[in-house]
Amino acid sequence: MKANQSVLVIGGGIAGIQASLDLANRGLKVYLVEKTPSIGGRMAQLDKTFPTMDCSICILAPKMIECFRQPNLTILTYSEVQEVSGSAGNFTVKILKKPRFINVEKCTGCGVCAQHCPVEVPNEFDMGIGVRKAIYVPFPQAVPLKYTIDEEHCLKCGLCQRMCQAEAVDLNQKPEVAHLNVDAIIVATGFELFDAQRRSEYGYGKYKNVLISLEFERLLSASGPTGGHLLRLSDGRIPKRIAFIQCVGSRSLKGGVSFCSSACCMYATKEAILIREHIPECEVYIFYNELKVFGKGYQDFVTGAQTHWGVKYIRALPGEVVQDSKTGDLTLWYEDTIENVTRSIEVDVVVLCPALIPRAANKEVGVILGLELDEHGFFKPKDPLFAPVDTNVLGVFICGYCQSPKDIPESVAEASAAAARAAEVIALSASKEVH
Amino acid sequence: MEHAEEEVPRIGVFICHCGINIGGVVNVPEVVKYAMTLPNVVYSEDNLYTCSSEGLGKIKEGIGKYNLNRVIVASCTPRTHEPLFRATCEEAGVNKYLFEMANIREHCSWAHMHEPDKATEKAKDIVRMAVAKARLLKPQDELEIEVTPSALVIGGGISGMTSALCLADQGFKVYLVEKEPELGGMLRHLHKLYPTMLNASEGLNKIVGGVKPNKNIEVWTSAVVKQVKGFIGNFDVSVQRGNGETANFRVGTIIVATGADVFEPVGMYGYKKYDNVITQFKLEQLLKDSQLKKPERVVMIQCTGAREEKGRTYCSRICCMEALKNALLVKELYPETDVYILFRDLQTYGKDYEDWHRMAQDRGVKFIKYNLEKPPEVVAGHDGKLTIDVYHALLGEQVQIESDLVILSTPLVQHEDVKELSQILKVPLGPDGFFFEAHVKLRPIDFATDGIYVCGTAHSPKNMAESVSQALGVASRAAIPMAVKRLRTEAITAMVDESLCSGCGTCVKICPYGAIEKDEKGVARVTAVVCKGCGTCGASCPEKAITMRHFTDEQVVAQALAALGRAVA
Repeated sequence: MKANQSVLVIGGGIAGIQASLDLANRGLKVYLVEKTPSIGGRMAQLDKTFPTMDCSICILAPKMIECFRQPNLTILTYSEVQEVSGSAGNFTVKILKKPRFINVEKCTGCGVCAQHCPVEVPNEFDMGIGVRKAIYVPFPQAVPLKYTIDEEHCLKCGLCQRMCQAEAVDLNQKPEVAHLNVDAIIVATGFELFDAQRRSEYGYGKYKNVLISLEFERLLSASGPTGGHLLRLSDGRIPKRIAFIQCVGSRSLKGGVSFCSSACCMYATKEAILIREHIPECEVYIFYNELKVFGKGYQDFVTGAQTHWGVKYIRALPGEVVQDSKTGDLTLWYEDTIENVTRSIEVDVVVLCPALIPRAANKEVGVILGLELDEHGFFKPKDPLFAPVDTNVLGVFICGYCQSPKDIPESVAEASAAAARAAEVIALSASKEVH
Repeated sequence: MEHAEEEVPRIGVFICHCGINIGGVVNVPEVVKYAMTLPNVVYSEDNLYTCSSEGLGKIKEGIGKYNLNRVIVASCTPRTHEPLFRATCEEAGVNKYLFEMANIREHCSWAHMHEPDKATEKAKDIVRMAVAKARLLKPQDELEIEVTPSALVIGGGISGMTSALCLADQGFKVYLVEKEPELGGMLRHLHKLYPTMLNASEGLNKIVGGVKPNKNIEVWTSAVVKQVKGFIGNFDVSVQRGNGETANFRVGTIIVATGADVFEPVGMYGYKKYDNVITQFKLEQLLKDSQLKKPERVVMIQCTGAREEKGRTYCSRICCMEALKNALLVKELYPETDVYILFRDLQTYGKDYEDWHRMAQDRGVKFIKYNLEKPPEVVAGHDGKLTIDVYHALLGEQVQIESDLVILSTPLVQHEDVKELSQILKVPLGPDGFFFEAHVKLRPIDFATDGIYVCGTAHSPKNMAESVSQALGVASRAAIPMAVKRLRTEAITAMVDESLCSGCGTCVKICPYGAIEKDEKGVARVTAVVCKGCGTCGASCPEKAITMRHFTDEQVVAQALAALGRAVA
């Protein structure tokens, strides 16, 4: 008999955070497992959020800190679920805690170590367009605010160890295994990005001024590599004309995914407005195929972008992006599907909006938990209509993008839904009438 | 704690080096020396990390040794560390509201890392301001309230029933109030549900079959909510049946699941003028009742009364899929029938709906894109048929289609009578008429008022699956206070000086949480457990009758004067 009923939440993005807080705040014990060094997920990387234009990290960080402070909630970062056995009401979970080479009890997050670390590597949090040290926190608002040594790049020079006044560096740390016993499990593994290099005609990876949207998001962000100054990466010049290409790899039967990612039309609109805010004279074009404006407040947001902010929407099939190798300027060729003509436009920067796709690692998670995946790699709901967060395994629930494409508010509501179902199954199994 | 108000303040100031984050810029020992010169400061020290267990121990030690009754930590941000220091004070017997934090890292050493001398001076200024406030601090109490473990669910459609069942299964009592004589809401009128194509009646029977026998759910049909008084944990609700019968009960939480109506496009595209112009909703019912006679050519017009320039500017989200589904059903029923869908932007979002679009194309459904600027026109043609004249936006030419059945896809709209409910509950409606949540992004199913939640199409247009998801979501949100049973409320709340209040009602209107009302004497009264301490009322009161606890004018002015270097009174 366990003293407290408990739930394991896999994935520390906004969905996992919301599900964890709902459960912990009602008195259940929650273990929130996140494989990177900090919770926060994709939302932490965004500059602002549509349609309210709130600073993303500013509204997310209080929730992250609430997770940290909530006594019923244990955050296990830099950790992965390895094995799960048992059934609803009694799952046994084996968790691998990767070595941070930092004693988190001692580390105060002061950052002196990183100031002295001589190794610079591309920063994953900035999508590789910025740098971090080999000893690092992924971003300033990280939770927990504890440093991590990236074993792959660390030179073992020991400088951080000498500089750390808290004596928190422990280069001999080993991987640890933890065993948990939980009543229910919530999976919230989020999404990853379609590899835009597979659309070679757009030149991503080849041309420096062709970015994907999440890189662009970091370029806009005050905590990004340019401190929020919108510059061209090739030459630091202020761009005068920027084009967005929608549906890169999505809604496609040819080498992409067939579904719509549901968020790109809106975040492109948001980024377009932000460009106009940063550089009022910069022209912005959004090359779209079908504008998805279905969410609450979306149409008004797009209308505002068109009328107030002067963002230009062109219904088109972009064919190719060509770079002028001397200037780094780009020419975008497209077929205007309203006027049925092929045209080209010279731009300084092209932003690609790649499909948001289920994580490849869902396959492993599916095997570990016995969950069914659909043809795309999303976890399958038990019944898409009436049991959207239940799965084929009783006591295991899904929420957020790993269930199907959705935006942040839907992920938040669905995370609460998964929390409700977990609590419901726990309550029912206590009274022995699970259905 | 009452006596603390009379006590002479004995302030202890703990100044943190934060490794070299502060200490590497600010001359911390000098700030310690300076702090000791300030009024009522009886002790000051520096710590390498005040937040370490050693540093926290020093605070407790100082409180005991020097009989401190006010504590200041000058370090980093209160956002992450204030709760820790407050808890430490409480452990040592000092009310946590007698703690004050001075941020000399984000506001000082980090911002001025290249100017150490000036940074040290600024750190002194910041500490001086904190001392000025700390001298005037008063202990505060957090009230505790009990939460009635029952919920009121308003609306007996799929959303309301789903929420009710989930809460009931968690052991909470639920009052489910439905204004119609039967449960089911919109689901009663629908035919098949995408994407599984389940018969709506089958789904309805299953869920009603779960609700009716559930011992924890009390169903009130043909009933409306007439009055709600109170606040989270203790709402007193009056419900009235059509026959005049009333009931009163107390609930801890309230869920709004009142659904939506379908827009009637009177005067648009010949609706109500020609018999063969009907709504998509009507087609759904004809299909459900097997009453659809074979049409030769069906033309569906999307965005009828939606995504307009003014008025209903929003997209109703479900109409494109509704049209695709019904187009496929018509094709299945009558393969020779031509089906056209006239659309602006096809909202085939998410995992499955693009596939539905492709499927419809494969089955011969024809799609024509039109523009808001040049909408289609429906005019009478030959033999009782209609001619639809539409500018084909992709071909760039005017197209005429003869049709014997025109289907208008109209948006979901808020119920006419919902304004009354929004006033009874004191929760807002948005510009689109739908209920307005606490925060679009991160609190999509909460209202700003604690203990009241919203789900389903009352919140915005959405399909069955999306409604169920939100309905389960609110079952979690509402369960939180009911599961913890007792709530600790905010101590930093507004106080009204009755002798100054003119009863103008400005604060009542401006309070975002519905925490203020006029009492029987006509003056403002704050319900402390509902107040969040935002201060909006205090700032707007023309008589200066409202004071915020822990942020009194006296305290804030003293701080401001200290910032200017003026002596503290």
